[in-house]
Amino acid sequence: MVPFAGYEMPVQYPAGVMKEHLHTRDAAGLFDVSHMGQVILRAKSGRVEDAALALETLVPVSLLALSEGRQRYALFTNEDGGILDDLMVANRGDHLFLVVNAACKDSDIEHLRAHLSETCDIQQITDRALVALQGPKAEAALASLVPGVAAMKFMDVASFDWDGSTLWVSRSGYTGEDGYEISLPSVDAARFCERLVALDAVEPIGLGARDALRLEAGLCLYGSDIDTTTSPVEGALEWAIQKARRRGGEREGGFPGADRILKELEHGASRRRVGLLPEGRAPMRAGTEIFAGDQKVGHVTSGAFGPTLQAPVSMGYVDSAYSTTGTVLEGEVRGKRLPLRVADMPFRQSNYKR
Amino acid sequence: MKYTEDHEWLRVDGDVVVVGITEHASTQLGDVVFVELPEPETQVATGDEICVIESVKAASDIVAPVDGEIVEVNDALVDNPGLVNEDPMGEAWFFKMKVEDMSQLDALMDEDAYNDMID
Repeated sequence: MVPFAGYEMPVQYPAGVMKEHLHTRDAAGLFDVSHMGQVILRAKSGRVEDAALALETLVPVSLLALSEGRQRYALFTNEDGGILDDLMVANRGDHLFLVVNAACKDSDIEHLRAHLSETCDIQQITDRALVALQGPKAEAALASLVPGVAAMKFMDVASFDWDGSTLWVSRSGYTGEDGYEISLPSVDAARFCERLVALDAVEPIGLGARDALRLEAGLCLYGSDIDTTTSPVEGALEWAIQKARRRGGEREGGFPGADRILKELEHGASRRRVGLLPEGRAPMRAGTEIFAGDQKVGHVTSGAFGPTLQAPVSMGYVDSAYSTTGTVLEGEVRGKRLPLRVADMPFRQSNYKR
Repeated sequence: MKYTEDHEWLRVDGDVVVVGITEHASTQLGDVVFVELPEPETQVATGDEICVIESVKAASDIVAPVDGEIVEVNDALVDNPGLVNEDPMGEAWFFKMKVEDMSQLDALMDEDAYNDMID
């Protein structure tokens, strides 16, 4: 167990990081992510569209276009165009449901209250746990308890009753696998998890495996790969910014840092987050400096051994001139320069159910 | 068998000393994913950092337990670092040393003393 954002979290269960990782890729892994923040945003008008428009003033994402029963990735930006947090936003019919990072949840809620209190009620949910069930056998496992989840598609959200409890389910996750994230009353969480891990396909998975799983999937970790000093374009997150919010779009700009972010969307940024594959076996971890010849051109922000790839994987920032896939650079590990190659992410095909 | 405070074991085999890491150390490290070994025929002094071992959790060094010369390294660990978890006290030895002054080993712990230390 280790302290993490004020919570005691398991790095690994008895199986160990490697076996837990491979089990998630082969079968199904259960993650306790209850430390994450859950927030309901409800417009005072009662119309979910008004909540969407209000939240659009804080994120460069089109939320008005988010249909009922769907979820979308978003970013809180600051006036400098940096990223305050990344989050998921779901349209649950008469309100928006937000899931934010544990380490940022207090500041996120303060941020929401400071800017949206006039038009919206902001309610932090503290009596619900959050668990993720991930992997190719996640659907069969969860459907054995809640049959309706099998019909959901990637990024769908829906509510289901299970044994007297109401589950808020999304078909999403942080591993590159098909799977679900399930919010449920804390009082029912242990019972629910025990039912899942009693299934042959399901094992509990710790933070250690979660990190390499998301890294292989090319997913960034707030605080490591993106933060207030990185813009969405530097972070290679343009895909999260829909046309409606870009220059010439129906609701162009109107979010913090729009000047910089809109400019970078058109002209690019001076550096970029890229996938990096060290060519040897030595992992290149966060902080590893990256060189092109004698010139320092970037640094690694996340790095580990990738159990699925059976090779080290990293991501980090390099000067844009060196960000083309296939570019061979060098990472300095313990005083030695070792080759690493700029690579497309995800490092392996994700298995979402579209 | 002798043990160091850095969780290494030493086994005298004829005129060389075989060195590895203990079962306890391999369990604490978790799954080992990378091993870097010294060059054979290197003279090393006690405490020199001569191997790198990385697990899914962290990177650590292995230091020379005594003064001597590296005469052989276990290249199998480079290709299969997981051997360190499977058989740390046997197959997964790291290197063999030629040690002039075998009395250096007298100062190291025996099995009971090591077990007391990790308890």
